Amino acid sequence: MTAPAAAAPQQTDQDGIRTLVQGKVQQLLAFASLIAIVVFFSFASENFLTYSNITSVLFSTVVIGTLAVGATFVIVSGGIDLSVGTGMSLCAVMAGVFIVNMGLPIWLGVLCTLLFGGLVGLVNGLNVTFLRLPPFIATLAMMLVAEGLALVISGSSPIYFEGDSGYTDISTGSVIPGTDFPNAVLILAVAALIAGVVLNRTLLGRYTYSIGSNEDATGLSGIDVRKWKIIVYVICGVFIGLAGVLISARLGSAQPATGMGYELQAIAAVVIGGTSLSGGRGSVLGTVIGALIISVLNNGLQITSVPQEWQNVILGCVIVAAVYADQARKRTS
Amino acid sequence: MQPRRKAALLAVGMALSLSACSIGNTADGDGKKPYIAIISKGFQQQFWQAVKEGAEQEAEKRGVEITFEGPATETEVEAQVDMLRNSLGRDPDAVGLAALDSRAVEPLLKDAKKDDVPVIAFDSGVDSDIPLTTAATDNKAAAAAAAKHMAKALDGKGKVGMVVHSQTSGSGIDRRDGFTDWMKKNAPGIELLPVQYGAGDQTASADITKSIIASNPDINGIYGSNEGSAMGVVQGVKESGKDDIVTVGFDSGQGQINAIEEGRMRGAITQDPGKIGAQVVSAALKAIKGKKLPEVINTGYYWYDRRNINEPQIQDVLYH
Repeated sequence: MTAPAAAAPQQTDQDGIRTLVQGKVQQLLAFASLIAIVVFFSFASENFLTYSNITSVLFSTVVIGTLAVGATFVIVSGGIDLSVGTGMSLCAVMAGVFIVNMGLPIWLGVLCTLLFGGLVGLVNGLNVTFLRLPPFIATLAMMLVAEGLALVISGSSPIYFEGDSGYTDISTGSVIPGTDFPNAVLILAVAALIAGVVLNRTLLGRYTYSIGSNEDATGLSGIDVRKWKIIVYVICGVFIGLAGVLISARLGSAQPATGMGYELQAIAAVVIGGTSLSGGRGSVLGTVIGALIISVLNNGLQITSVPQEWQNVILGCVIVAAVYADQARKRTS
Repeated sequence: MQPRRKAALLAVGMALSLSACSIGNTADGDGKKPYIAIISKGFQQQFWQAVKEGAEQEAEKRGVEITFEGPATETEVEAQVDMLRNSLGRDPDAVGLAALDSRAVEPLLKDAKKDDVPVIAFDSGVDSDIPLTTAATDNKAAAAAAAKHMAKALDGKGKVGMVVHSQTSGSGIDRRDGFTDWMKKNAPGIELLPVQYGAGDQTASADITKSIIASNPDINGIYGSNEGSAMGVVQGVKESGKDDIVTVGFDSGQGQINAIEEGRMRGAITQDPGKIGAQVVSAALKAIKGKKLPEVINTGYYWYDRRNINEPQIQDVLYH
């Protein structure tokens, strides 16, 4: 569990070490809560800890998890991305346009969708850096633009991938022989692994943390802050594109009107996973654990027949508890 | 191709109605076409598009000008109130309204009454005595029909789960209660599981369906109360690999039509959205001419499954 975090870069000496330790503790905390919740539900219902149910939980984590991993980059850099939800719907629609309407081969259609997602991120990045819009505003605007464009481009009706059965295999098929373990989960795992390595072991990752901790100081030390910020938003955009592919492949259709609200769940996952909304601190692993906590809670509360109205109440309390624990520790350190 | 063509048609339709609207306001003298402002609950969903199409066709036939608008999602009560206020400002001869929240629009309805603008409610009743009539599906009866078909498919015994799109909207409540009431009264052998709500979101409903199946491995049937819920149920059943679970849906749409044709869904109840739209226009015309209207105009519903899906009468009411 510690491997990717261990190599948080040799930032500005002490600061870096503190960040590293804090990040680790928070991850342990989040991971411990996840285990506690899983143990609790295993005792509460005999139907929780079964192969098929665990697969369901993992599968239900995929879309929010993918968006949250992308958003982690932006949030660590001190920004925010509210456009991930509707951006995902727009990318799903574009996957439909590329593959169904234009008849591109699936691999090329998927590639184009990822690039299109990157384009969405690029626009966000340009608006944040060159137009100097606050990230909240720039991505709020993109959230609306993407919602509208998804409807305009699709003519307000879903685009179906029927006949391209190969496309739905991206999410629902299984490359593990003899099982029905969904590919989407593996794709998220690989994507998260790559994201973790990028954030922790590359120059890009180091600059992302650095910009998030102190943007001015980073700029003064001769780093082109604008360029790296744009790259961060583009990375988030590629994950938006990936989420668009995964959700449309799961449903066998691109639904233009579904994404609104997903951004808040993704941000919740990032925050529960210990990433600081003020930037400079956080990890991909934490985010994945945060997303898992949300989907385990949803699934477990449904399985134990907790009235649905209460499920969101409990989720809200978990977010408060997670962030409070994080800040309490920050004060003492 | 199809969505694109539809988009083009829509664009033309909108342009026409926009231009018509301005003509109606300026050149009252020679045209004298009555103008009906229709405020719906939404416009993105296939269902509302079909209502709109029905209204536009009827309007063309009867020589009426209409505008059709609705908020982006069915929770935007305030946006709908603004739309209603704006459309009353355009001096319509009649208003068609599918209210998201009856109380929120009550003051505006009073204004309409003061100005002698007749109001026709549609889709769900407006809790007020100002609308002259309501053109809507009897959701309770329709859900009861879904329950009947479910019970028949299960030979009157087994466990049935329900994924419903809303615990607060009129259609959600009626489609839940219509289904449960019929089961309780007529199918003592059917055990109904606690109702789960998925907000009509396909992915969320699929995940909910899988947790229902996980906690009730012996489940026999699942009912989804609207297009998104029903498609989510079908998806959840497919992903859990329990193909023998009988699924019954509500509404129409290409996804459900495919699922029924491929045998992944037993059947579904469809409303007649085109007729709802047409009835709004014709009722509004009657109201403008001062004719009497019945309290409720029942626009009907149909059960469709693999056997009758290709009959012309069913094809007419399916929207996709």
